[in-house]
Amino acid sequence: LSRIGDELYLEHTESGLSLRAVNSSRSGFASFLFAPLFFQLYEPGTAGPETELFRCKVHMKSFLGIFRSLPSLEKSVGKCLILLKPRASRLVLQLHCKYGVTKTHNLAFQECERLQAVFDTQSCASHLCAPARLLAEAVVHFPLTLAEVTLGTGPGGKISLRNYVEDEAEPSKTMVTELWLAEDEFQSVAVAPGSHITFCLKEFRGLLSFAEASNLPLTIHFDEPGRPVIFTLDDTVLEVHLVLATLSDLESDSQSPSTNGVSHLPAPSEDFADDLESYMAAMETGEGGSERPPSPTFSLRPRRPAESDPEEEEEGAVPGTPPHKKFRSLFFGSVMTPGRPGPATTQEVLAEDSEGES
Amino acid sequence: SLDNARHLSSLLRAVHFQDHATCLATASGLRVTVEDAKCIQANAFIQAEIFQEFSVQEESVMFRINLSVLLDCLTIFGTSSLPGTSTALRMCYNGYGYPLILFLEEGGVVTVCKINTQEPDELLDFDFCSTKVVNKIILQSEGLREAFAELDMTSEVLQITMSPDKPYFRLSTFGNAGSAHLDYPRDSDLMEAFHCNQTQTNRYKISLLKPSTKALALSCKVSIRTDAQGFLSLQYMIRNEDGQICFVEYYCCPDENITEAEL
Repeated sequence: LSRIGDELYLEHTESGLSLRAVNSSRSGFASFLFAPLFFQLYEPGTAGPETELFRCKVHMKSFLGIFRSLPSLEKSVGKCLILLKPRASRLVLQLHCKYGVTKTHNLAFQECERLQAVFDTQSCASHLCAPARLLAEAVVHFPLTLAEVTLGTGPGGKISLRNYVEDEAEPSKTMVTELWLAEDEFQSVAVAPGSHITFCLKEFRGLLSFAEASNLPLTIHFDEPGRPVIFTLDDTVLEVHLVLATLSDLESDSQSPSTNGVSHLPAPSEDFADDLESYMAAMETGEGGSERPPSPTFSLRPRRPAESDPEEEEEGAVPGTPPHKKFRSLFFGSVMTPGRPGPATTQEVLAEDSEGES
Repeated sequence: SLDNARHLSSLLRAVHFQDHATCLATASGLRVTVEDAKCIQANAFIQAEIFQEFSVQEESVMFRINLSVLLDCLTIFGTSSLPGTSTALRMCYNGYGYPLILFLEEGGVVTVCKINTQEPDELLDFDFCSTKVVNKIILQSEGLREAFAELDMTSEVLQITMSPDKPYFRLSTFGNAGSAHLDYPRDSDLMEAFHCNQTQTNRYKISLLKPSTKALALSCKVSIRTDAQGFLSLQYMIRNEDGQICFVEYYCCPDENITEAEL
């Protein structure tokens, strides 16, 4: 999860403890849902009609700092207790280690809104399921610095992986790596022929290493370019989802390039978060909703003016550069599509981004 | 002279948190002292018995020397310890004003180093003696090593609580992410001795204590003592490659900015 975002959202629901993260440009979202069975003891605490079920967010680094050294953890820690102390505003993580030693960490947390990406695996046209090892061996061929990769379906049911190259890059100077996987290497293949999607490899690598370590098969659900790709891992006690925005295929683009995923939204202001909450509450279909969720290109049109204000106030924030790379922000709110009026398109690009990581 | 210079260099490294050190040589051995901020003092003791040859003409000889340079010379043949190879050392000091001369030999290659010595500074006297100790515990270093290596350095202080009641022995930090407490119960297997008479909570500047992690890493046991004023004494028992025992101790005064402990 730390490959995705800087903050870890914790929420417990009837179905278990959910850990989630979203990246700064809202183009990547991941959630790990641990069923109550995963835990030795799972006490959600009573939630009355007024009180909401617990959720909070903490700084990813602080949380990770507690679990710093995995090998020694495995050897020395017997059990870990997670408690929430709302009155003290502390999330308590207590590690019971050998020799009777107890490590107690009291982390400051922030209250937050529910972080939920709207997606539906059922509505995707293509599905692939492969052992994690297969994909891990495939991505090893791509350099660690590679930002995006294109997954495609080819003749004979073969699946291809190829590094994504900027249109503007010099063809003679770029190296293109392409590899093909046969259909029978996958556990299941149900793909629309001729389809392809381009997504951020870096964010995917994080999930891939987890899948490899836990020896779980990875399922990829995708659709047309521009629609998000959903990676899932399923286990009896754990459900993992990684949702990444994909490059859309629009040809005409008059504006100068910028990196993918550069947010045209600054860190959401409080107003925005409230708007988002009401919006999300209205739109929430959850995972596997029955109806097809709306295309992520809707926007909170009436909210737009309010949104632009915080954008202008923030000095250090990257000004809203229109998404030239055509990555669409996932469902969290207004997404710019070319042609749609909005503050971002009218803002001049104050700082042109060089090719780089989102 | 010393057959294996590593016996000396590893100990000195355990107290090397400042460039300069004061060396005191007496008939019983060598003591190297490093201080900082008038709050912390570390001493490395290398008894005469560790050396193959050890003779001091006067009653005691004291000088100040650049510890970084001394360590660089002692490890001039490299720091990796290949089995079977060791650097032999001979140290000579002619008296006040003379440089410290080191002869180092490994595999037939001899190096001569001359390090200038300086006037020794006055050393802090913490006046910490066994009779004034209020609380004392002896722990196996294994239990503390990881804890010290992972201390939250965003915390300005390390708070140490010692008590006959719970939590018995607790190390706390208060950093950016929140507070963290490490509790060692009195009946833990790691606890070799537990003599706490009074509940004491003291805070020490974490930046001053962090260097003691080196000594902790080398040691097999550590004794932690505090006196009525909250002065802290950490004594590390270090066993070298030949099974000989040396000691390193750290003295630290409590952080005076804090008047009340936050538990």
